[in-house]
This record gives sequence, structure tokens and C-alpha cells, in this order.
Amino acid sequence: MSKLMLKTEGDTHIVITRRFAAPPEAVYRAHTDPKLIQKWLLGPDGWTMPVCINEARPGGKFRYEWVNGKGAGFYITGEFLELKPHSKIVHVERMHLPDPTPDNHVETRFDADGTGTLMTMRMTLPDAKTRAGMLATGMEGGMEASYVRLEGMI
Amino acid sequence: MAEYLNLDAAFSALADPTRRAILARLAKGEATVMALAEPFKMTQPAISQHLKVLEDAGLVLSRVQGAKRPRRLAKGGIKAIDQWLGMLRKALERNYDRLDEVLADMEQTKGGEKR
Repeated sequence: MSKLMLKTEGDTHIVITRRFAAPPEAVYRAHTDPKLIQKWLLGPDGWTMPVCINEARPGGKFRYEWVNGKGAGFYITGEFLELKPHSKIVHVERMHLPDPTPDNHVETRFDADGTGTLMTMRMTLPDAKTRAGMLATGMEGGMEASYVRLEGMI
Repeated sequence: MAEYLNLDAAFSALADPTRRAILARLAKGEATVMALAEPFKMTQPAISQHLKVLEDAGLVLSRVQGAKRPRRLAKGGIKAIDQWLGMLRKALERNYDRLDEVLADMEQTKGGEKR
């Protein structure tokens, strides 16, 4: 029931859907509580998130920093535009590699689905080239750019 | 590093719908520029330009056949993209598998408090 779906949409969107066994309240909390985020938003094995700042309120900022313990690392900064507990988060973010990537606008919805949750994350990049670059750079160890499989592309 | 740059070019090449359509056509078999231009209602030079981008990105190969240069998919390039995407997808799946565990722990803790 929990299979991840990733697809590109139009020229600038990437859409991810994933089902969870827990209700929207819990999934929403796991996306906004730094202590919980640090437990799962880690990408490939071996990476950790020593810095997790998350001001989950409209206008609030967040900053996630990842390291792989072998000297490599990168971070993401972003701002919240809209939060609707426990159903919707809208934010913009960019990766710092260390130069910042173009802003990625992300709308995440948590919809009740039986006793669980259907999460739909819709990312909007400024243009097709940025989306392509994001897919290509991916993440040395991260996840932001991992919003990817080009089911719609090839 | 060369591989990385190549991937970057490949994804940029894939960002264009016409080029994706050309790849989809080539997936069915080798084709000449003339044959490729026909369904797209584009001029041959325009198609040639797209083919050049695809060739530079390592996604399309050509061979000489008399005055023609039929193109075909570069299976290696396509496979490299597929592997890359598979890796990214795995990292993302790993995140959400971990989130499943976090959610299960949250549920258990909640149950514990109730008791």
C-alpha cells in the first residue's frame, strides 16, 4: 500500500505520492517537528542531519544540514508560505551546493485515506532546464533533488 | 566526474518534449532524419539540431549509410540515466521507509501514554 510514485508533470513539475499507515496528524507532525524530521529525512544510509531548524509557521524559516561523516555535506534553506494543520504545507526551498539552486516551490498535502494518509507533494521549478538540472545533480547524499524518477520523461 | 557531466547534459536534453518524442520514436528502431521529421511537422534542420543535442548528451548514436546517417538509441546512455534515477528513487524510498518506522514509534508511544 505504501509504494512511492514519482512523475514529472508538464515542463516544470515533479509530483510524488506516497501512502502511510498513520493518520494525517502524525504524518504532518513528522514533517514539521525537527526531532522527528532528523530521524527520517536522511537519504542514503550513512548520512545524518546534525542541524535541523524548522520554524513551522507562515513566514517561518527552515534549514537542514546533512553530513556523511566523510567530509561531505550540504544544506537546504527555505521559508514556509502556508501551513494548514494537518493537511497542507506550502514552502519554497533551495539547496546550497554551496551555490544556491533556483527556488523550488513545494506544496505538500496530507489527505486522510482510510485509517492512513495519502501524501501528495507537488514541486514547481522555475523552468524545464532547472528541473533537468535538479534531476541530474540529484544529491550526493541528499534527498531534496531525489524527487525524481522520470516516469513521464523517458 | 565525466559521468556526472554527461548526466547533466542528458537530463538537459530530456527537458525538451520534442527530444523526448524523438527518443520514444527511436526506441522502436533506427530512423533517418527525414523519417523523424515527418511526424513532428518540423523541418529537417530543426530535427537535426535536436539530434545533435541528444548525440552530445550520449543518448543517440548515428552511422553512415551512403548519403544518410540513420540514428538509433544509445543504450548505454539510456541505461546510465535509468540507473541514476533508480538510485535517487531508492534514496527517497529509504526516507519514507524510515518515516514509516517513525510513525509506528509515535503510535506506540501514544498507546503507552494512554495506558
